[in-house]
Amino acid sequence: MFEFLENLGKTTRSSFAKLGRSTFFLGHTLMGIGDVLPRPSLLTKQLYSVGVLSFLIITISGLFVGMVLGLQGFYTLSDFGAEESLGVMVAASLVRELGPVVSALLFAGRAGSALTAEIGLMKATEQLSGMEMMAVDPIKRIITPRFLAGFISTPLLATLFSAIGVVGGHMVGVGLLGVDDGAFWAQMQSSIDFQEDIINGVIKSIVFGFVVSWIALFEGYDTIPTAEGVSRATTRTVVNSAFSVLGLDFILTALMFGDI
Amino acid sequence: MANRPSPDKPIVKVHNLSFSRGSRKIFDGIDLEIQRGKITAIMGPSGTGKTTLLKLIGGQLMPDHGSIHVDGQNVHRLKSQELFNLRKRMGMLFQSGALLTDMDVFDNVAFPLREHTRLPESMIRTLVLMKLHAVGLRGARKLMPNELSGGMARRVALARAIALDPMMIMYDEPFTGQDPISMGALVHLIKSLNTALGLTSVIVSHDVQETAAIADYIYVLAEGKIVGHGTPQQLADSDSQWVQQFMNGNADGPVPFHYPAPDYLDDLLAS
Repeated sequence: MFEFLENLGKTTRSSFAKLGRSTFFLGHTLMGIGDVLPRPSLLTKQLYSVGVLSFLIITISGLFVGMVLGLQGFYTLSDFGAEESLGVMVAASLVRELGPVVSALLFAGRAGSALTAEIGLMKATEQLSGMEMMAVDPIKRIITPRFLAGFISTPLLATLFSAIGVVGGHMVGVGLLGVDDGAFWAQMQSSIDFQEDIINGVIKSIVFGFVVSWIALFEGYDTIPTAEGVSRATTRTVVNSAFSVLGLDFILTALMFGDI
Repeated sequence: MANRPSPDKPIVKVHNLSFSRGSRKIFDGIDLEIQRGKITAIMGPSGTGKTTLLKLIGGQLMPDHGSIHVDGQNVHRLKSQELFNLRKRMGMLFQSGALLTDMDVFDNVAFPLREHTRLPESMIRTLVLMKLHAVGLRGARKLMPNELSGGMARRVALARAIALDPMMIMYDEPFTGQDPISMGALVHLIKSLNTALGLTSVIVSHDVQETAAIADYIYVLAEGKIVGHGTPQQLADSDSQWVQQFMNGNADGPVPFHYPAPDYLDDLLAS
């Protein structure tokens, strides 16, 4: 019994300590923005490795998700004779939910885990420490550009995901299953609201990009500098990112679309 | 700098320093001085916190008690900007080299110059080639860190450490794991750089022969205390059992061969 209480106390304490460390870390990272912006080459390099290199996985996944939506949507809607609304269904699900959420999850798996492992190994091989001894602040020099890159690329990747998804839905719905081309686009155009749907979706993916980049970089920076420590930190990045993205998605959806 | 201390004052002055990690006491009230322009070695068995001492001097760790002055400034009282300014004048050579793995050799050596100066690229090129030439690796400037041998990586790191012309370089185990040729090259480099650039060198090491060959003064650490200090000759003649065990590499002595354990027989019979 006592042991249980003791462990509970220890876990709570270390979780709060970690929360505190991560908040300081975030503050320090954000303070570095002023130093990074005058040196765009630091940022473009990271935008390439974090954003551009995620293009392929986002495009292919977006295409397949859109195609599946087209299939499933068609079967359900045709029961009600409403297959012309397929365009709306595909676009609304993608822009509001699947685009931001799935692309953030893919981003966490593709780029987040890579960031954690990279920073963790830099710590393990004393590169961060070495930078400190060269009077260079590793957070501003290493972490901030990566954070900004993650934060900038996620909304762009989510938008790409949704756009390709709509193409996939069109391919299956119009090309394969014979939904009317004009109705597909016209219904989508009249029902999808720029403010309500698209902007809210982009806001979601901005929030997700912020959180996933923060988690990934902090886990890397806070890692125990051993092989096992880096592997655990990478796992934690993917798991915690997934939880945060899904949990935040519920909260944001409730705030944006719900009447809760 | 009007209040610069006179050259005969020690460059590093450690006073009554205590430091612990968790419940383990690493330093227990040590005092030491590092003289300007000299090569000072800090030696001791592994696990005595020699690297920790360098990190304390560099201001990366905070002591529990005591003070460290570098060039007249109390390292742990400095604001972070002042500490960064002080670090620009200290080079540190990590055991692993700590080269940035996403840049080639040239960019690694240019890194401190690009971060801290606004020099034009042509001058940076000249400086980097000079530093690389000094360590004999001018021809290796296009290689990536993972293509270097351990000894070469350490020499590149050395070129990077001297890029900003520091007043002092701290070497963390520079000889560990080197083949005889690289070892010889490093010993020679440390000695000649110290003379040619008018540096102060601090070497943390447990390689007795190599270190004793170039050090002007040696401190021997054990169990959180300084158990002996003096010139290499004085230490060789020392009658301290600690110093004798360490300098001669005896397996047993004041530093026991066995990690503290319960009685052997009791341990075997208990099940």
